[in-house]
Amino acid sequence: MKKEQDYIKDITEIRSMMERSTKFLSLTGISGVMAGIYALIGAYLVYRFFYRNSSTDFFTTVTGGEINGSLWNMIFLAFAVLILSVGTAVFFSFKKAGKSGEKLWNASARRLIINMAIPLVAGGLLTLVFLTKGLFALVIPVTLIFYGLALTNAGKFTFEEMKSLGIIQIFLGLLAAYFLEFSLLFWAFGFGVMHILYGIYMHLKYEK
Amino acid sequence: MKTIIDGLYKAFENRVRLGIMAALAVNETLEFTALKEYLDVTDGNLASHMKALEKEKFVGVKKSFIDRKPNTRYYMTTQGKKAFEEHLNTLESIIKAQK
Repeated sequence: MKKEQDYIKDITEIRSMMERSTKFLSLTGISGVMAGIYALIGAYLVYRFFYRNSSTDFFTTVTGGEINGSLWNMIFLAFAVLILSVGTAVFFSFKKAGKSGEKLWNASARRLIINMAIPLVAGGLLTLVFLTKGLFALVIPVTLIFYGLALTNAGKFTFEEMKSLGIIQIFLGLLAAYFLEFSLLFWAFGFGVMHILYGIYMHLKYEK
Repeated sequence: MKTIIDGLYKAFENRVRLGIMAALAVNETLEFTALKEYLDVTDGNLASHMKALEKEKFVGVKKSFIDRKPNTRYYMTTQGKKAFEEHLNTLESIIKAQK
């Protein structure tokens, strides 16, 4: 005959198993903070070297144009920020998974990646289309909106809070599309400040 | 069906089996290797528990080949779902009654 304590343990086990087998919980707050810092540095560099001394105003024009040298630099910078952020997230997740004795690349991780990848790849391709058509100004709002969609989708497969972060990013993307002249500011706020705030919040809530 | 008290299934007394049922309750199907990782048990241990649950017809097996490698996927049967739910409800009411 089992005791009450055993029944409570049974329920705890059931709850943890249901969560572990559906949600990827090896993400860390610190990855969010780092991604935010990279994004802020990237946005600052764009502002410093391209925004202020750009003769053709590709941040506000939607009438088309050629991809020139400084635009290539910006695309390169954006990729650098992306790769650094993803790399940092993988590194810290790997450490966290190792600490809790779990494998990083499990069924929940795969599910999270696939569900995030669908909106992200769609957004990435749309960005490329815009770049080739010279619609440079729309790139910033589109990256925010599709990233937001990806996070909203991902919320089901990892920490719930990711959904709220996603909705905020979508909202910022829409604002950036309407107020095109401030789009870089919205981008820096979404990818930079929001990531840092989210990272700190998650760290305090789950890793303390 | 064997039950300890009304509504508590003997088949779910073991915590590994409870874990298997919990994981299958929220996943359509799960591979043997995935279950093994979640539960942190050996191949033989998991296989014997799966056999027991299969015998009760609480879980079903789908065997196939992926790239010529055998692939075993488990799913929860309707019968298993019903039993697991009843088991959970009973656990809940026992704890409530003792509070």
